Amino acid sequence: METVQTLTRPRTTVARSEWDMVTLRLGGELLAIDTAMLREVLEPGAITRVPNAPPFATGLLNVRGTVVPLTDLRIPLRMPVGPPDADTRILVLDLELAGSPAVVGILAEQVHEVSKISAATLEDVPAVGARWPRSYVRAVGRKGDRFFIIPDIDAIFAAYLAEADDAAPQLS
Amino acid sequence: MTDEADNLFLIEARHLAESLESGLLDLKNHPQDRALIDSVFRDLHTLKGSGAMFGQTELAHFLHDFETAFDAVRDGRLEVTPVLIDLALRACDHAVSLLVDSGAGPGTPLLAELGALVSGKGTALPDWSLTFYLAEDTLVLGGKPEVLLDELRGLGATRIVPLTDSLPPLSELTPDQLFLGWGMTLPGKVGEQAIRDVFMFSEERLRLTLTREIEAEAPDHPGLPVESVTNPARDRAMMRIPAERLDEMMDRVGELVIAEARLAELAAGSGDPQLIAVAEDIQRLATGMRETTMSIRMTPIDSITGRFRRLVHDLNGSLNKPIALEIEGQDTELDKTVIEMLADPLMHLIRNAADHGLEPPEQRRAMGKPDTGTIRLSARYSGAEVVITLGDDGRGLDLDRIRARAEERGLIEAGAEMDEASLRALILRPGFSTAASVTELSGRGVGMDVVKRTIEKLRGSIEVDSEPGHGTRVHMRLPLTLAIIDGLLVEIADERYTIPLAAVEHISELPDDTASDGRTTRFLNIRDQLVPFLVMRDLLDSPGRPGPHQKVVVVTSGELRVGLTVDRIIGSSQTVIKQLSPLHSTLKTFSGATVLGDGSVALILDVPQLVAWGQTLDSREAA
Repeated sequence: METVQTLTRPRTTVARSEWDMVTLRLGGELLAIDTAMLREVLEPGAITRVPNAPPFATGLLNVRGTVVPLTDLRIPLRMPVGPPDADTRILVLDLELAGSPAVVGILAEQVHEVSKISAATLEDVPAVGARWPRSYVRAVGRKGDRFFIIPDIDAIFAAYLAEADDAAPQLS
Repeated sequence: MTDEADNLFLIEARHLAESLESGLLDLKNHPQDRALIDSVFRDLHTLKGSGAMFGQTELAHFLHDFETAFDAVRDGRLEVTPVLIDLALRACDHAVSLLVDSGAGPGTPLLAELGALVSGKGTALPDWSLTFYLAEDTLVLGGKPEVLLDELRGLGATRIVPLTDSLPPLSELTPDQLFLGWGMTLPGKVGEQAIRDVFMFSEERLRLTLTREIEAEAPDHPGLPVESVTNPARDRAMMRIPAERLDEMMDRVGELVIAEARLAELAAGSGDPQLIAVAEDIQRLATGMRETTMSIRMTPIDSITGRFRRLVHDLNGSLNKPIALEIEGQDTELDKTVIEMLADPLMHLIRNAADHGLEPPEQRRAMGKPDTGTIRLSARYSGAEVVITLGDDGRGLDLDRIRARAEERGLIEAGAEMDEASLRALILRPGFSTAASVTELSGRGVGMDVVKRTIEKLRGSIEVDSEPGHGTRVHMRLPLTLAIIDGLLVEIADERYTIPLAAVEHISELPDDTASDGRTTRFLNIRDQLVPFLVMRDLLDSPGRPGPHQKVVVVTSGELRVGLTVDRIIGSSQTVIKQLSPLHSTLKTFSGATVLGDGSVALILDVPQLVAWGQTLDSREAA
């Protein structure tokens, strides 16, 4: 029964008042991602560069025999990109890409912990003054004295795929 | 009834219906073939039987009457004629629609037509002579021979006599054992199956002979061989397996191959001879496993040709052109996924050939060609690929009209200079259709571009070849399998890439003087031919500078070749192909990725794309 629930991960956040979320550091900011889509956290191993790929998805890695694309949310969120270090991790997520289930990896500068986030602490994205594209952020919240961002992972990937379709990169 | 059983029945029934259809089409060409008649009859009978078993009464009823009509053919009372075949094909269609929807109607008109055909042609046939002995313990088990006799009487049996030749000596006679047999005569118009059906529940240890009393002087059907064994060995050792299980199995083998590569690498690194020996054993086993699994998935082309023959049969009528379909290399096998995806494009090509390619009979006659146009489908192996060619002996492509149409559609610039091959390739472009009149057949919005796309999705390539007045041929090259290939692993700037080994024609050193001058292509003299080559480091945007001993891997696609410069050849290995995710599937340089022995990922170079790229550079530089 539990498997069924994770497979049909709720797309709306209406019904629930509390989520388990994993918090991570990216571009110097704090991000939170629903653990329902999190499969595992890996230390970066061998990553294969994909030539001519756009900066959002430049690599491939092997996750237990599956070839998984590695993506960098700092690109769509317009965050500064720094080189990987000892704290760098890869979060393996279960997503839907172009209508079919897919596994993708996202980079994190550091992974903190899994914690309960209640709806009461969340706020809509401010209309002005936000550094990141509004459509890519689902909500912002507060944890202690720090703000965190809940990125809209589905929207980010959908936008990327739409773009890739429009301008299919050719050999150049 | 469970859904699973229902599904199994449907699958089985579809299969039978297909076999039936193909049998009928064969019969059309060989109306005297006894084995074919029997096979058609067997399919009908099995389909009826399983229909009844699964509660498909409508279907069973319909098929019963259909079968009765065919029984007449089997007995030689009815000749196989094109009319009969046509009727039978329609009956077959009706049976299929009953499978999908039991409300499709009882098909009475069809049955009436069949019935009329049978009774119209009914000729006096010699009577049957039947003898049978039931199992000796029939009475002990509650069997009632008198019921059988009554049924036989119902069929018109006369001169019923008990046969006592099996009676043991009186001293050994036990009253509850049945030693008696019976002999009788049955009217010749009774179908053989109807007689055999009487014994349906008494087949165990039944000894039965059934012969025509006087061999008729029927020159068309000499001898009318009738088997005297009760149950023909029908069930060969075959198993039907859901396709998903095969896919699953292939995935497992893929994982095994990767794990094996990993083991081999570790063993080689350890230098431990015992470990190396085990790793070699495992490698041999994994290779065997892979080959067996792939061979299970291999399906001969003739599993889909039935549809094509049917299509041509129908086109004959609707286009008013006599068309013959010749099929060559039916036994050629491809991965089942490839075969399934191939059916639609081939249907389309056949329709195109019949509709646009073949001329009307009058025109053909004027050109000195036979009235009947020929469409030829051939399949043959070529290395690790299968080449499928669909050709016709029609009018061929009209290059002027293609050019005009392409200009009109804005596919090329007016007056653009193009060679014949590029002009022919235009018909594969989206938005191209040359048929002056849109006919019911071809004007469906599905064009040659869809065919091309499907072939490319299967990692294949397509080429059009044509001779004015002599026809058009479409050549499709397809990989034998989509799952695992032999790959050549190469290194470019410390990164590893895999090239499908089947596409590799030649490997050589890059002459030092051609090695560096900044441009992406140049030409290489290989066996007195100029082959363009691509500097892969530039193409892949690789870091660093090339070392002194660059290699060139010459790859081919169709008739074309291109050289790829690499730093080092690592070796060949089994390569499990993993599709790229939608995030990367727009990158044309790569056809997929694979996991190497050390667990890292290598991209697989897309040879047809690179070859095509090499050619455009070629013409650009030449221009």
